[in-house]
Formats: sequence, structure tokens, C-alpha cells
Amino acid sequence: MKKSVYNGLYLVIAILLVLPFVLPNSFYLDLAVRMAINAVIVLGLNLLIGFAGQISLGHAGFLGIGAYASAVLPTHFGWHPLLAMGAGAAATGLLAGLVARPIFKLKGHYLAMATLGLGIIINIALRNEAQWTGGPDGMPVPGMGLFGFELSSDKQWYWVVAVLLSVSVWASLNLIDSPFGRALRALHGSEVASQVVGVDVVRYKVAIFVLSAVFASLMGSVTAHYVGFVSPNFADFFHSIELVTMVVIGGMASVYGSLVGAVLLTALPQALATFEGWETVVFGAILMLSMIFMPKGLVPTLAAKFGKGE
Amino acid sequence: MSMLQVKDLSIHFGGVKAVQNVSFNIDAGIVYSVIGPNGAGKTTLFNLITGVYKPTTGEIRLDGEAIHGKSPNELATRGVARTFQNLQICMNMSAVENVMVGAHLRLDRNLVKAALRFPGLKRRDAETRAEAAELMRFVGLEKYVEARADAMSYGALKRLEIARALAMKPRLIFLDEPAAGLNPKETIEVDHLVRKIADSGVTVVLVEHDMKMVMNLSDRILVLDYGKKLAEGSGEEVRKNPDVIAAYLGAHA
Repeated sequence: MKKSVYNGLYLVIAILLVLPFVLPNSFYLDLAVRMAINAVIVLGLNLLIGFAGQISLGHAGFLGIGAYASAVLPTHFGWHPLLAMGAGAAATGLLAGLVARPIFKLKGHYLAMATLGLGIIINIALRNEAQWTGGPDGMPVPGMGLFGFELSSDKQWYWVVAVLLSVSVWASLNLIDSPFGRALRALHGSEVASQVVGVDVVRYKVAIFVLSAVFASLMGSVTAHYVGFVSPNFADFFHSIELVTMVVIGGMASVYGSLVGAVLLTALPQALATFEGWETVVFGAILMLSMIFMPKGLVPTLAAKFGKGE
Repeated sequence: MSMLQVKDLSIHFGGVKAVQNVSFNIDAGIVYSVIGPNGAGKTTLFNLITGVYKPTTGEIRLDGEAIHGKSPNELATRGVARTFQNLQICMNMSAVENVMVGAHLRLDRNLVKAALRFPGLKRRDAETRAEAAELMRFVGLEKYVEARADAMSYGALKRLEIARALAMKPRLIFLDEPAAGLNPKETIEVDHLVRKIADSGVTVVLVEHDMKMVMNLSDRILVLDYGKKLAEGSGEEVRKNPDVIAAYLGAHA
């Protein structure tokens, strides 16, 4: 049973290897890149929400910090993109760590409100500091060079993101089945029980919050370079909600659920484009129905149905 | 010197004085029981000593060192384990993982090593899993080693909590009504289990309503009533104490 958890990883790698050769055109390749980027963000967020049981409604704010670090620092200060990316991640980690201590004294709705507020504050800052960020219009992001080699085509980006995704899935699976991961799941299952066996609950909540925020920041930087443009919408409340929805639809506390959720919800708006003007309604209906009939999310529900467990 | 010294311990919740000026000592290696009618403050006393509540006044010393006001996870590092009257099982984990969590403090909790799957960590994890399975056998749960926690019966979960507490390799274990809600056969099994734990050298503090079990196991008994200490002594002394008889059977008995 323990072995089979990693079988899914081999499947993911196999799909990632084959995909660029079967996709008909660059539109689909672009979609695949965005799916993979979202999948990495959602993996990190699911560690926080699904495994540790703590909500964050402000994660797009962390994406925004990473994205804008990659836009502002190279443009205005001539920093190397990798250095800017690292600085964004470090700043995000620091900010998340600083606010996490007071935030994780809160639970449930209050925690949701606090993270929501944090996300909105970051968004407002990005919108208002127009001399640096271009304000509501956003700003272009310079290209990303790796070891004197410019990442330009979608195909190159695809391979970079595919490697990032595979490594993230592997690391997530490892983390969950480790003393650290068990402590996280235990504090979700019973906070007081985890405390009396010696888990420093606040420390673990802070650690996973910072980790998932840094994940988001790094992928924010990647997105910024890939798209070549950032705008405050990327860091807004609705994007935070979209990410949480990916976690919930795919399956809380499910690594592969994170991937399925990210893939589905990235593809869905494209697939619904034919509904012209009604796509938001159909989108909402699909979310509602899946929550009514599959409250645990797609992957856990299907896994239970076919009696495999994850 | 006694292992655990409790002096003038009180806690007030608003106007309710749940525990008032309770003092007692527990020597190492014994089975010490706390009894009393419902609402007497037994579980509150447990929550105070294990750090879940902070006392309003009074002091608690473990091996002479003051531990009142310390958090539960700090007490865990000092070898204090406990189970809960209302089950606190992690239903999102398998049975054996619940027990493995008990070994938390003895394992390498490094995040980076875990994410990168360091071989040493994996090896230690496999050993921990084997130890946890062994503990489940010790408490009589051998057939649940592969089970999910949410698929187990109430009686089995009670014992799973004991296995998790034992995985801490504690010196002092607090068992809060381990036999509550169990059938007579299961109660006898838990009785034997508590005896086995005490025989292995762990000091046991027991809250239990099953008087047969309490009298059978305890070296010393503390009787609480309305948050106050009513009596303390051996089973024989407590049974003959007129105050205790009055509290349990009514004033005119």
C-alpha cells in the first residue's frame, strides 16, 4: 500500500513527458504550462489547508509579491531575475513568518478573515505604488535568463515547469509521510492530542504557512516571467478564492487531488468559453454540484469509490 | 521526594471554582487514582497538571521543578503523557500513524530532510512504524495495525489512545476514564493493561468510575468532591471514610 502512493508520481511524470508531443498547437501548450504552475501553487496550499487544516484566503497576495519582485527589481534596479525571484521568496517568507504568529492565535472564520485582510493589503499596496508597479495597469516583466540561456519559447518554459511540478509532487509525498507531516496532520485531527504528545502547534502552523507562501511567491515569479506582464489582478482576492477552490474541488489532503483540481479549474473557463456570457453561471453551477455530490473532492471520492485509498 | 507534588492548586472559571486548594503527592512507580462524583473536578485536575489549563493559584512540581503554567508540549518533553475522557484521535490518519505521532519528540522533525526523503529519516520512520505496531499489540489492537482510525470501534480507540501515550515512552501517564463506555469484558482487559503499564515502571494516574477497577489497581486514592479534596489514602482507608460514604451515597447513609 505504501508503495502505490509514488506510482501516481510516475504517472504524472509519464504524462508530462508525452504531453508536448501530442498537443496539437501552442494554445494547448500554453494552457498546459499554466495548469502546471497552478498545480505547484495548489500543492503548497493543500499542505496548509488540506493536511494542516488551516485556511488562507490571501495566497494570491504572496503570488503577487513574487511576481512583482520579478518585475520591479530587474526593471528598476537591474537585478538578475533569479536574484529577484529569491529576494521575492525571502521577503514573502519573512512577511508570512511575521504575521503568522499573531494570525495563528486565531481559528476558523477569524483565521480566514485575517488571511483575507493580509491578501487585500498586499493587493492595495501593489495597486497604489504606481511609480514602482505601474499601478492598476500593471507592468511588463523582463525575460528570464538561465545560465546565459534565454527562456523564451513556450516549449522551454514547459520543460522548466514540468520539472518543478514533478519535484513538488515528490517532495509533498515525502513530507506528508514524515515526522513533520504526521505532526501537521495530527494537529488537524486533534490539536490538543498533538500538543500533549509534544507538537508545538503554533510553530508547525507557522512553518507550513511560510512554506506554502514561499511556494506561491516562487511560482508567482515564474508566472510573471512566463507571461511577461504583471497586473494587480493577479494578486487579488478572486485569485485567492480560485486557488482555494482548486484545493477543495480536487480534494483536501490529497496530493493528486491538488493536481486534478488545478488542471480542471484552469481548463474549465476555456472549455466554457462557448457559453458566451453565461460561463460564470455554468462555472458556479459546476462548483456547487461537485461540492454537493463530492464534498471530499474529486480524487478522494473516486479513490473511495474504487476502493483503493490514496 | 515525591515525583509529583501538587500544592494548594485552584482554578476558577468565572465564578465556578472547579478545583479548590487541592494538595497531594504522587510517588514514583505507583498507581494513583482520582475518584469522585460527576463534576467533582477530576478531568479539570488532569487538564491542570498536563498543562491544558493554567491554574489560578497553587503550584505543581515534577521532580521538584515547577511545571505549572507550562504548555502541554513542554510537559511532553518531561515525560508526561495522557489520554482523554472524550476521545482525541486523529481520524484523518491511520491507526498506526496515530501511535507514531506519540513518538514525535524522539524523531527528527526536520522539514527539509523530510521533503528530500533523507535515507536516515526513512529508516527511522520504518523502525517507528514497527515500534508502533508492537505497542498496538501490547494494548491488544494487533488486528487493527493496518486499519484506518475512523473504522475502529469506541473500545478500540480508547486503547489506541493508550498506545499513542505509551509511544512517548513516558515516566508518568494520566489515564482519564480508560474504561468509560466499555463492556465488562473490555473493562477487564483495560484493567490488565493498566497493571501491565504500571509493572513496566511507568507511574500511572487514573481517573475512573469503575470502583472495582480502582480498588483493584490503586496504591493510593484521592477523592474529590465539588472541586475539593475530600479524602486521600489506600483503598481500604478511603472506603471506610465517612465523608466519602456520604458523598457517594448521600448524607444520611
